[in-house]
Amino acid sequence: MHPFRYDRALTVQEALQSIRNGKNTAFLAGGTSQIDLMKEDVHRPDALVDIKRVPLAGILLLPDGVLRLGANASNNDVAYHPLVQKQYPGLAEAILAGASPQIRNMASMGGNLLQRTRCPYFRDTAMACNKREPGTGCSALEGINRVHAVLGASEKCIATHPSDMCVALAVLDALVQVQKPGGGRRTIRFRDFHRLPGNEPQKDSALEPGELITSVDLPAFAGRSHYLKVRERASYAFALVSVAVALEMEGDTIKTARVALGSVAHKPWLVEDAGKRLQGKKPDVALFRAVADDAFKDAKPLEHNGYKIPLGKNTLVRALMETSGLMPLQGPAGTAFASSAGGVAGDEAVA
Amino acid sequence: MESIGQPIDRLDGRLKVTGGARYTAELDLPDLVYGVIVGSTVPSGRIRQVDAAPAERAPGVLKVLTHENAPRLLPIPAELSGIRLLGDGGVGEEYLPLQAAQVYFAGQPVAFVVARTFEQARHAATLVRVEYDAVAPKLVMNAGSMATRPDKFLGRPDEALQATRGGDAAAVRGVFDASPVRVSHTYTTPIEHHSPLEMSATIALWVRMPDRASAQLTLYDTCRNLKGNQTILAQVFGLPTANVRIVSQFIGGAFGAKGFQWNTPILCALAAKATGRTVKLVLTRQQMFLLAGQRAATEQGYAIGAEAGGEIRAVLHTTRTHSSAISGYIEPCGRTTKILYSLPHLEISHELVRLNLPTPCPMRAPGEAPGTWAQETAMDELAEKLGMDPLTFRLRNYADVDPENGKPWSSKHLKECYTRGAELIGWDRRPSQPRRMREGQYLVGYGMATTIYPAGQRGAAARIILSADGSAVVRSATHDQGNGAYTILAQVAADALGLPLARVRFELGDSDFPQAPPAGGSATTVSVSAAIEQASTQAKRQLMELAVAEVSSPLYSAKLKDIGASNGRLFLRSDPGRGEEYTAILRRTQRKHITADGEAKPGPEREAFSFSSFGAVFAKVRVDPELGTVRIAQVAGVYDVGRVINPKTTRSQLHGGIGFGIGMALTEETIYDSRTGRAVIRDLADYHIPSMADTPLITVETLDIADPQIPGPGARGLGEIGIVGTAAAITNAVYHATGIRYRSLPLTPAKMVVPTAAESRNTATT
Repeated sequence: MHPFRYDRALTVQEALQSIRNGKNTAFLAGGTSQIDLMKEDVHRPDALVDIKRVPLAGILLLPDGVLRLGANASNNDVAYHPLVQKQYPGLAEAILAGASPQIRNMASMGGNLLQRTRCPYFRDTAMACNKREPGTGCSALEGINRVHAVLGASEKCIATHPSDMCVALAVLDALVQVQKPGGGRRTIRFRDFHRLPGNEPQKDSALEPGELITSVDLPAFAGRSHYLKVRERASYAFALVSVAVALEMEGDTIKTARVALGSVAHKPWLVEDAGKRLQGKKPDVALFRAVADDAFKDAKPLEHNGYKIPLGKNTLVRALMETSGLMPLQGPAGTAFASSAGGVAGDEAVA
Repeated sequence: MESIGQPIDRLDGRLKVTGGARYTAELDLPDLVYGVIVGSTVPSGRIRQVDAAPAERAPGVLKVLTHENAPRLLPIPAELSGIRLLGDGGVGEEYLPLQAAQVYFAGQPVAFVVARTFEQARHAATLVRVEYDAVAPKLVMNAGSMATRPDKFLGRPDEALQATRGGDAAAVRGVFDASPVRVSHTYTTPIEHHSPLEMSATIALWVRMPDRASAQLTLYDTCRNLKGNQTILAQVFGLPTANVRIVSQFIGGAFGAKGFQWNTPILCALAAKATGRTVKLVLTRQQMFLLAGQRAATEQGYAIGAEAGGEIRAVLHTTRTHSSAISGYIEPCGRTTKILYSLPHLEISHELVRLNLPTPCPMRAPGEAPGTWAQETAMDELAEKLGMDPLTFRLRNYADVDPENGKPWSSKHLKECYTRGAELIGWDRRPSQPRRMREGQYLVGYGMATTIYPAGQRGAAARIILSADGSAVVRSATHDQGNGAYTILAQVAADALGLPLARVRFELGDSDFPQAPPAGGSATTVSVSAAIEQASTQAKRQLMELAVAEVSSPLYSAKLKDIGASNGRLFLRSDPGRGEEYTAILRRTQRKHITADGEAKPGPEREAFSFSSFGAVFAKVRVDPELGTVRIAQVAGVYDVGRVINPKTTRSQLHGGIGFGIGMALTEETIYDSRTGRAVIRDLADYHIPSMADTPLITVETLDIADPQIPGPGARGLGEIGIVGTAAAITNAVYHATGIRYRSLPLTPAKMVVPTAAESRNTATT
């Protein structure tokens, strides 16, 4: 662990001031992932600016129907918020599918967006990793790449983004509000927030150094949303693959559809053509299967992650079946039961 | 009232839930300093150079120990109390820390930083620069790996690893080949880690004895092998055994770890010696995957030949497994094959490959857990081939006597376990054909397996101090790994002494106490209970002698054999009204207390009988074949474990064992990078111990039939039997649900959802 200075900011201005004045300084919010990385010497800031007490924890319904989720709102506060439960159950399902209650109570909205990959080579400082130390090489490419990307990877990096929540935010067309360190604000569309690794895998997102996320804004959405996650244990495990769906129906016809895949790429992977292919159609398993096949047509399996292609397709089909009502949800909408593929152990098949 | 058989709450439970139970890493001794291990980054080679200077200059650093400056150690013994430590078949590591430049695995301690605070030590550890002359490591067990064939597990005479029955190997194979119905498959299990909640920890301090020239070494350690580690520590530091004391009052789970990992306590003691300070070492979770033992991966060949009617003729069971480059420890998978069913022809063999990986050691049911999984899967496969119900097939081959030596069992009621387990799960609802049951999108299936675990007894001793106030303290250098030993041994002592439980305190976890074996092999209850019983007999005898010799005692001149004891009172059996309280006897004779010692070891009954616990475990699963998920709907286990001392701790132990079996079947697997030997799975986010959502309501029943041949209350051990058989019951249920046989654990979605040829084309980015 690298020694660091600790400062606490009480306002956005103080936070930006500290960042401007500091060198190799990082914001600290929930710290649930960041502190682990510091203990392992992967993340080595010289100073931390604790923004936990900066008043950005509000969840507000704006006049235009946008639901503003403050950057410091805890993951659980968002998941259990009545408006999220009612209008964006897929987001609640995604959040509650992740981590543990304790972690979700600590983890912030802004921090969730900035989670680093679970690639084991990124977390082991004895191994080469272009994301951790640009130019050293990628140990995963020829290594144990079970959990790695099948879409959009580069020869520099095959890491995946680990967040569940972000996959749901991608289909909800969220906007990330950002305060620039020198003053001024900007808005980043969620689909542009995370990036593909390309030649700069050290950069996970479009956020510039010193920029502070202040909120994640959800446009009004009256349709159905749903998240479905496959993992190696029924709770408290990162996704092998996951799918988020946002669907607006008109009668028995699909009016709009957005579909995103999690844990298959360096970012939440929007299935670009899904909307076009589903629009105006009746829900149908063959149609969903065709969308799924198409979603993975450019997939490139590595030695250990080939399973993600059939599993991703099957999960995509299932998520569309469940969202469109062709199959029942595995539990009440907006709960972890709905998002847990396979359900939970015990006598009852459906929770 | 007898306390044996009562569902007593854990006597240390309140301490544990209120924080009053102090675990090793929590102890705050005066002037503590902190040690952090620097692990090798390479798996094989030699240290060329260590540059400790930047670390030594870092704030708070007291010392950086390396192989160049660490105090020298004497070699460890090759054998200890009949357990082989060094060489093939032994348990333990054949090297000592910081004594040489050789590197055997990635993560091996190559430096040890001691600083005033933990944070300072952890920071300085990142500044130690080590250069290596790396050599190509051996990291993968394959057909070309050089293997040895160890003779005996732990060097024990009755634990042959290469054996045949009913003729030589050629004859046994001949019988197999001639059998009308045969199965033969390869089964693989992965590396698994014990992953106790509490990380391994040590605090070491040296005190120079005022009256002697020598020094005393005291260790507070997460140790379940007090006497063994006391001897080893004494030997390597050249001390009389009595000059080493190890204290281990609470252990936060061990499951086979924390018994034979003496190198981390030695490292801590080395640093305490070199600095003259009290040093604390707590492993990180990541280091638990390197320095705290593991279960090795296995590749087992299992072949069974049977008559068309189901009688097994021959079994061939081969095990290929690995150890580290510095240990001969071998996972003895053939153990249960020898004893589970009646079979006339048998060949078992074990091969060991040494790899540049961390050292394995026993993990809950070593050998039995992976071995029985292969065995009970093969049995399921053969039952199907025979067209027999799996349970009927097992009954057809029921072992009325120990098939290994023809001895009668001390007590065996396995048939009742089968019957009751089948009732609990609803076995009669199971269609004989696979893939016949559905619930919504789920395929549903039922599976079962037999379970067994030997009921060992080892030498143990206990001391009882019975005070004039009528209370007793009972001491033995045994361990409570979190399983309830404090409670059940106090129950045993209370009944043996004829005292209410509230008047008895059981103390353990101190090497100064009378000898007890390592907490392993499900043998603590049997071994220590027998010693307590001996000591109790002695204590009561002393009381009786005092009473009958005293004219004023109501028991004056009575014959000892005519005197009984209960509820703190001696009485005449023929006239229970005539008697005297213990307190009265001691007060009258002006004694503050009496002390009685007892010792017990396996007796002649071990020659006459074979001892095992038995059980049957049944599972119902739901499989989503498209998403590759397996969820357990129900597990029911029925066990014949002898007398149940405490139904509550018994249920917890069996639940925990079944939980281990669930993890083994579905989720647990450790992976090392095949080029560098570095752990790829190295924390509890990625090492998937089953969560509550993976765990159904577990139904556990015990027959509670006392074993008439076991000394003490007739209880056999039950720490390990819960895991044995459970994984096979689950995976057999998965077969029944899907009609697809998976022969590699764990059963993860990646194994169940198989890419098509087109999807699996290897077009890796290059």
